[in-house]
Amino acid sequence: MLAEMIQRLFERSLDDKAQTRAKDGEWLGDLWGEVAEMGLPLALLSEDQGGFGLSPAEQGEALRLMGLYAVPLPVVETMGANRLLAKAGLALADGPAGLARADDLAVSGSKLTGTIARVAWGDSLDCLALAVGDTLYRVPRAGWTIAEPGTSANFHPRPTLRIDWAIDASAPLPHCPLAEGATLRAFQIAGALEAALDMTLDHTATRVQFGKPLQKNQVVQHELAKLAGELACATAAADLAAEALERADVLGVAAGTLRAREAAGAGASIAAQMHGAIGFTREHRLHLYTTALWTWRDEFGGQVGWAKLLGAAALEAGGAGFWPMVTEL
Amino acid sequence: MSAIPFPAPPADSAEVLALRTEFRAFLARQLEGRTPRQRSDNWYGYDRAFSRAMGQAGYLGMTWPKQYGGHERSAFERAVVVEECLAAGAPVGAHWIADRQSGPSILKFGTEEQRQSFLPRIAAGELSFGIGMSEPDSGSDLAATRTKAVRDGDVYRVTGTKVWTSFAHEADFAILFCRTSGTPADRHNGTSQLLLDLKHTPGLTIKPIIDHAGQHHFNEMHLEEAVVPASMLLGEEGQGWDQVMSELAFERSGPERFLSSIELLVQLIEVLKGRDSEAAQITLGRVTARLAVLRRLSRSVAAMLQEKQNAGLQAAIVKDVGALFEQGLPDIARELVDQEPDPRAAGAYASVLANIVHNAPSWSLRGGTREILRGIIARGLGTR
Repeated sequence: MLAEMIQRLFERSLDDKAQTRAKDGEWLGDLWGEVAEMGLPLALLSEDQGGFGLSPAEQGEALRLMGLYAVPLPVVETMGANRLLAKAGLALADGPAGLARADDLAVSGSKLTGTIARVAWGDSLDCLALAVGDTLYRVPRAGWTIAEPGTSANFHPRPTLRIDWAIDASAPLPHCPLAEGATLRAFQIAGALEAALDMTLDHTATRVQFGKPLQKNQVVQHELAKLAGELACATAAADLAAEALERADVLGVAAGTLRAREAAGAGASIAAQMHGAIGFTREHRLHLYTTALWTWRDEFGGQVGWAKLLGAAALEAGGAGFWPMVTEL
Repeated sequence: MSAIPFPAPPADSAEVLALRTEFRAFLARQLEGRTPRQRSDNWYGYDRAFSRAMGQAGYLGMTWPKQYGGHERSAFERAVVVEECLAAGAPVGAHWIADRQSGPSILKFGTEEQRQSFLPRIAAGELSFGIGMSEPDSGSDLAATRTKAVRDGDVYRVTGTKVWTSFAHEADFAILFCRTSGTPADRHNGTSQLLLDLKHTPGLTIKPIIDHAGQHHFNEMHLEEAVVPASMLLGEEGQGWDQVMSELAFERSGPERFLSSIELLVQLIEVLKGRDSEAAQITLGRVTARLAVLRRLSRSVAAMLQEKQNAGLQAAIVKDVGALFEQGLPDIARELVDQEPDPRAAGAYASVLANIVHNAPSWSLRGGTREILRGIIARGLGTR
C-alpha cells in the first residue's frame, strides 16, 4: 500500500523537467514537502519508534522505488539517518538528513571540528547522523559550512563540509552509517536496474532495424537475459545486506554492497549498449538511471575498501573456514 | 515491471541449523583423507559406498514421502545437504542424478509399482541413474530426438544412440527420452520416457567417450532393437516432452550451478595464506560477495520449490550467472598466483587448478547450454 502511494507521488510530481532542474542544482523543495508529508523519512522505523513498522519486504520495495524513480532528493539518506538516530535514542531529523562517517575529525573538549568529504546534498540538510569512532553525533545544520562544492556523476550536490560544532547530541554508535548507506544504495541500484531493464525491453521491442525489432535478434535477447541476471543479483544483494545490517554483521553488508555495485556497472553498460546512441543523450530517460548507477556504486565506502574488508576475512578464515563463513553471510 | 521475482528465503529454522551441524560432522567423518584433487572432482566423484552411507543416514530422497523410503523433510533441508556435499567435494556421483531428477520424476509421473520399486532403493543410496537425453544429432535441440521405441506386445523395441551419458558404465538405470510415434519432424509430439535398465537390457551397448582430460565420465549408449518391458514406460506415452522439461527443471534448480570450482577457491586461499596482498584481499572480497549472492538466489529457488511454485525461470538465471562465476575462478586465481596447471602434480594447488581448467567448459553446457538458458530467460521477459 505504501508502495502504491510512493508510485502515485512520483508519477504525479516528478517529471523529466523536475529531474533536469535538480541536475541544474535546484533543490526540489515542493517535492520534499510531499515526501515528508507522506512520512517517508520515518519509513524504516518500527511503530514504537514512530514509524510504520514495515516488514523487511515492504521496506525493500519502498527503497527500490527510490531507485526506480531516480528520486533526486536525499530520501533514503534521511530514512537511514532516522533509523540510526532512533536506534541511538537521539532526536529524529526535522528535515532532510545525511549519513556520514569521519574518523579523522577532532573531538576536543566539547567541540567537534574537521572536514567530511562529499556528503550527499550536504548544503540542503537539516542534520547529519555522523559517526566518529564509536560515537554517533546528531550534527544540526548550524554545525557546518560548505568547505568545497562537489558534484556526483548524476549531477547532484556532493559538497565537502567543514564541521565546527559544540557537541550537544551524541550517543554510542548502534551501527556504522557507511553500512547503513551502502545497504540503502544497494536497494536504489536494484530499483534503477529494474527501470533500466524495463526501458531496454521497451526500446528493443519498438526500435526496428533491418526490418525487424531489435529484440528479434538472438544476440539482443541474450544481452537482455544478462541484464535480468544482474538485476536479480542486485535485488538479492540488497536483501542480503539489509538482513546483515539488522544483525549488525558488517561482512554480510560488505557482500551485499559489493555485488550490487558490480551489478550497477554491468547492468548500466548493457542497457546503454542496447539503446544505441539515443541512450547516450539527455533526450532519452535512460541517462537518469545510468548516471545514477555510476554514482551510487561508489558511495558510502568505496569498492576497494569494502572488498578488502570481506577479502581479509575470507583469507583469515582459511581454506577450511571459508565455506562456513559464506554460509553465515 | 519486468523483474523476475526471487522471493526472500526464510531464515534458517532450528531444524535446518541443527541439520547443517550434524551433516558437517557426517561429512568430516566420511571424507577423511580425501585429497584436494579428489574433492575438486565435485559431483564427478563416484563412490557407491559413500552414497550408501548417505542413504543409510537418511540424506537421500529427503523430501519424498516416507512410504517410498523418503524422509518428508523440507526443500531447505535438502538444499543444506546438497550444498554441504558440493562445498566439501563429496563424491556424490553415484546418487546425484537419481536423487536430483530421476527419483523426483518417478515420484511425479511413475506408476505406483514403479515408485515402490525404484524410490526406496534410490533413497537407500543403492540405485544409480544416468541421463538419457542427448543424441548425436540432438543436443540443445532436444525435440529433434530420433531414438525410436516401437511397442510390440508387452515390450518396446528401442533403436537409437544416446551420448554424453555420465556414468552409464557404472549406473543401474537411465531415463531414456525417445520417440514412440511419428518422426523428428513432429518435434515435441510423440515423445515418451522409458526407464532403461543399463545392466540387463538385451541390445544395449555402452561405449566410453573419453573427455579432453583423458577421463571417462561420458558414454555412448547404443540401442539396437533393445528390449524394454512396457511396464518401464514412465508417465504417459506421448507426454515425454512435458515430462523431460519437468526433469530439466529439477536438474537446473540446485546449487551445483555455482559450486563446481569451490575447491580451487579453497586451495587458492590456502596458497595465499600468510602472503595475502591487498590485491588478494580485494579479489577474494569480490569473489566472496558473488558467491554469497548466488547462494541467496539459489535459496530463493528452494523457497519456491518448497511452495510448489514453478521456478524454471529463476533456476535458469541462477545457472547462467552461476556458470559464469564458477568458470571465472581459474582466471581469477591466475591473476593472484603464478602456477602452471599440472594434472599429475603431487601438489594440491597445481593439480586442482588443472582439473578445474579442464572441466570448466562443461559447466555452461550440461543441463542446458548458456545459449539455451538465455533464450529461456529472454522468453520469460516477454521478448518472443
